Amino acid sequence: MYKYLSKGIPYLFLIPAFVFLAVFFFIPFFQTIQISFQDFSDIYNPNFVSFENYKALFAQKSFVSSILNTFWFMILCVPFLVIFPLFLAILINQKIRGVTLYKLLIYIPVVISIVVVAIAFKWLYAESGLLNYFLSLFNLPALGWLTDPRIAMISVALVTVFKGVGYYMMIYLSSLIGVPKDLYEQAQIDGAGEFQKHMTVTVPHLMPTIALVATISSISALKVFVEIYVMTRGGPMESTKTIVYYIYEHAFEKLDLGLASAGAVVLLVLTLAFSLVNLYCFERKKYDL
Amino acid sequence: MKPSFLKGFLTHLILILVCFLSLLPLLWLTSTAFKGANENIFAYPPILLPESPTFKNFSEVLKYVPILGYILNSFIVAGVTVVLNVVLSALAAYPLARMEFKGKKISFFLILSTIMVPFQAIMLPVYIITLKLGLSDTNGYIAGYLGMILPFAVNAFGIFLLRQAFISIPRELEESAFIDGCNVLQIWFKILLPLILPQITVLAIFTFIGCWGEFLWPSIVLTKEALFTLPVGINNMSGVFASNYRLVAAGSIISIIPIIVFFVSLQKYFIKGSSEGAVKG
Repeated sequence: MYKYLSKGIPYLFLIPAFVFLAVFFFIPFFQTIQISFQDFSDIYNPNFVSFENYKALFAQKSFVSSILNTFWFMILCVPFLVIFPLFLAILINQKIRGVTLYKLLIYIPVVISIVVVAIAFKWLYAESGLLNYFLSLFNLPALGWLTDPRIAMISVALVTVFKGVGYYMMIYLSSLIGVPKDLYEQAQIDGAGEFQKHMTVTVPHLMPTIALVATISSISALKVFVEIYVMTRGGPMESTKTIVYYIYEHAFEKLDLGLASAGAVVLLVLTLAFSLVNLYCFERKKYDL
Repeated sequence: MKPSFLKGFLTHLILILVCFLSLLPLLWLTSTAFKGANENIFAYPPILLPESPTFKNFSEVLKYVPILGYILNSFIVAGVTVVLNVVLSALAAYPLARMEFKGKKISFFLILSTIMVPFQAIMLPVYIITLKLGLSDTNGYIAGYLGMILPFAVNAFGIFLLRQAFISIPRELEESAFIDGCNVLQIWFKILLPLILPQITVLAIFTFIGCWGEFLWPSIVLTKEALFTLPVGINNMSGVFASNYRLVAAGSIISIIPIIVFFVSLQKYFIKGSSEGAVKG
């Protein structure tokens, strides 16, 4: 029937969305690249400086360490966000009482604003806070959770894991429904124990979902910001300064737009690598590629 | 296969422990919020139950901090963002799902490409453009709200989610409506939209949650406290009253009540949303 319509109609439906995408996505996208090649020390008269910003960026210790910090953060939280929610989903997926309540309570940190979560954790991490009290119960020395440069990033990652577990658990739960039940029975007949059963049936079946969770949690790890902004401001001694924090700092506090944009392009390249893997390997069907 | 008693016991034990941990920060906030002025909130050992529970912290924080205003602002911003997302995505998804036209492939890939670029990488030019368009709270309330809303008026996840929904509808429905004399807009609005209502609901709920918790963008564009959304307001409050944990805790608890109510009453859609494949703001 649609071939009888006037030719302009599809465009009329698309134009409103594209106007917004153009103004708030495509133009800024190209401007980011453009600004990354400009010197903004005179903010009204930027001039083209070719790769100077990039050279300055990689010569700067605080930027290089912000990249390393970001990867460190990623290594800290991604394995947890891949494995622990899967474990929980398998537990919840059994025929047990209280499933709805468990799901509800475990999902609650996902809907609460990260700002509130970070504020609460800041207190739990305090010198005389709850966590150090637990340590003292086991005769362990108190830790400077957010003040010791060696462990501050671990503390931040813990907050990210706390906030993300419920979200990824739900993704696993929805794909666990698709695992054929008779395979478990077969495994049981073959004498597989509880753990073996899941390693031989569940894990291979959920491989696409596991990979999906790994890539989307990696991408969000690359973008981490609010936890750090609220809890440590990149400190102590820049130990929790990540790429996005670096970009934010230079764009909105130090007003070094060239450096900020060059940093943004680096972030862009890093996320692009992960996004492409995600798109081509796991989400092809969703986008008909 | 009958699960053994031990296995069931262990399962519940682990799950109860995990639930407790996921509520621990909230329990701690709640406990602090109810503690009176002469109770030590950093007592060793920590005391979870306040000795003399009081509502004073709540009334006090409401007196000094316009939290209800923050809640209203968050509602306005999240609500309008949801409406714009639903309308714009539903419009754009329709021709992509159903019609053949020149440039369809390119439009498709342009939209897809937006998924791969994080907002954090382009936020600086977005900020500059927003200011140039006059969409800052220094130009009044409406401009301030629009500045928070418009950059997130549409996103690719929504378009693709609704496109899939349109594709799953049998074509015969539209054809018979067309023969009955409906025009395209009527078919879209009267025939198709009601049929994809479940997916629209999922999109609306996830957009709402994403917007409600958004901190980075509002904290960049906002300059006036009167327009603060909850995350910005609560963060600001925690700085201003840094030494008064009871007040900050009470304010934080008030701030999460609306979203908890929203979540608990619509929980079945969250489970559904996860199966629609990771719609994340």
